Amino acid sequence: MQQPIPNSQFLIPYCLHLADTTLILSHRNSEWCGHGPILEQDIALTNIALDLLGQARNLYQYAATLMGDEFDEDKLAYLRNPSEFKNHLITERPNEDWAVTVLRQFYFSSFQHYFYSELKNSSDKQLAAIANKSLKEVAYHLRWSSEWVIRLGDGTTESNAKMQNAVEVLKDYTDEFFVMSNEEIELLQQAISVDLSTIKNNWQQKINEVFAEATLQFLYSTQPKIGGKLCQHTQYLTDLLVDMQVLQRTYPNSVW
Amino acid sequence: MQVNFEELFLSKIDKEIKIEPKDWMPEKYRQTNIRQISQHAHSEIVGMLPEGAWITRAPSLKRKAILLAKVQDEGGHGLYLYSAAETLGISRDEMTDQLLTGKAKYSSIFNYPSLTWADMGAIGWLVDGAAILNQVMLCRTSYGPYARAMVRICKEESFHQRQGFEILLVLSQGTDEQKAMCQDAINRWWWPSLMMFGPTDSESTNSDQSIKWKIKRKSNDELRQQFVDMAVQQIKVLNMTLPDADLKWNDERKHYDFGAINWDEFWQVVKGNGPCNKERLDARKKAWNDGAWVREAAIAYAEKKKKSLPQPLQGGALKTA
Ligand SMILES: [Fe+2]
Ligand SMILES: [Fe+2]
Ligand SMILES: [Fe+2]
Repeated sequence: MQQPIPNSQFLIPYCLHLADTTLILSHRNSEWCGHGPILEQDIALTNIALDLLGQARNLYQYAATLMGDEFDEDKLAYLRNPSEFKNHLITERPNEDWAVTVLRQFYFSSFQHYFYSELKNSSDKQLAAIANKSLKEVAYHLRWSSEWVIRLGDGTTESNAKMQNAVEVLKDYTDEFFVMSNEEIELLQQAISVDLSTIKNNWQQKINEVFAEATLQFLYSTQPKIGGKLCQHTQYLTDLLVDMQVLQRTYPNSVW
Repeated sequence: MQVNFEELFLSKIDKEIKIEPKDWMPEKYRQTNIRQISQHAHSEIVGMLPEGAWITRAPSLKRKAILLAKVQDEGGHGLYLYSAAETLGISRDEMTDQLLTGKAKYSSIFNYPSLTWADMGAIGWLVDGAAILNQVMLCRTSYGPYARAMVRICKEESFHQRQGFEILLVLSQGTDEQKAMCQDAINRWWWPSLMMFGPTDSESTNSDQSIKWKIKRKSNDELRQQFVDMAVQQIKVLNMTLPDADLKWNDERKHYDFGAINWDEFWQVVKGNGPCNKERLDARKKAWNDGAWVREAAIAYAEKKKKSLPQPLQGGALKTA
């Protein structure tokens, strides 16, 4: 990625981080399409995948305009290497089961809800517009996922155990939501990015509320996994991208 | 005066008045509709699998979004159809059980593999294209809930065929490799698509009565011919060929003649010996079994809420996009 236009050296990676995160979670959710436990919920999760994909596209398109003519959304999604991706690590984890999938969505949607609520006031008009539009979608994601966390947490003994296991599986992955990257710190001075420390309490409160109703116990991280924004990923992302990028890589310069 | 229910039923059929769930109907009419609607629903659900396999590999973000929405639509079609069948006194769980035990069939076309990206195009163009002809006819079927489900479904189906054709069109104008991919997919999906209309009229066991009762309004062979005539025109736009040396305009019939269908293959696939029968059913069984605890939990939770709260959570809340 060479020669960013002036003032964009922080904004471009910021957009890419936001785009990558939504794309990768959309991808994971889309793996359920046709395999969900209940037809209605298969459709609901696919709706979320579609919404996240739409958000990713908006963000990639914006990044591409900042980067210059030779870039477009597909080049950014399909022709970057794992070591260039900036998604949160929680999004690249395999789905494992419905409990982990639902809980991951709940953690992420809660985060997105507070995040976009701030980003919609960004001094960057484009980001503010994307945040505003996405916020309506996220309200639905948050409602859907919190209802399912409650339903499964407070359902049967088995479902409660599976949800509590999901809490354990994901416990090291949520701290990354609130770690400020270099570019976020820089952009904050121009009121473009979001001060993540201000939303952490709201997020935790939301989780606690829903967990209380779900009869689940929140677990704090002992070894936070926070490399995603710095392009430090797991093997899971490589595998995911090998699959996702296969056609673009195999048949370069083709139109689809 | 004694009402003759059977006569009343037949006169409604005659006058094009829809049969509704609470109306008297012959048991055989009920059973035929249950069989047909549930098999149709299963086809939508199993039909998510061959295309679903390419969602993660779609070659652009736009294609990914379209394919994801398309496969999701098929799930929605399954829902409408299961609901329509339920009005005849069978539950969705019973129907699912019939699918998983092999008692109920689904469209054999979905027992073929999707090997390349071009298959997403060929499936949309040919498989959805064939399905549309059948479904347009079914918009006028005599059982009300089925007909109404079909009207909703048909609205979405034309988008399915269009997106498939567009995938092929782009490939047909692409690199040599893409063109070859395009032709190969058409070659593989053409004959199975013709088989989708079912056995030829002289061999079709259920057809006569279904036409009398206006469940079906066109015969298998009529629909198949309509499909061939349509495809012959559209393939020209793609600059590709259909894999049938006998395709030829017949001026007397005002239709295209086409070659003999391999009915042995058809029956083999129906009997479970197609390339992917086992895979498809295994995928459905896995989804069902892995999801058992989720369904049980949802029921248990709803029971608890019924006891304690006046208003349970809105569970299946669907967002219509
Ligand atoms: Fe459909
Ligand atoms: Fe379709
Ligand atoms: Fe939708």
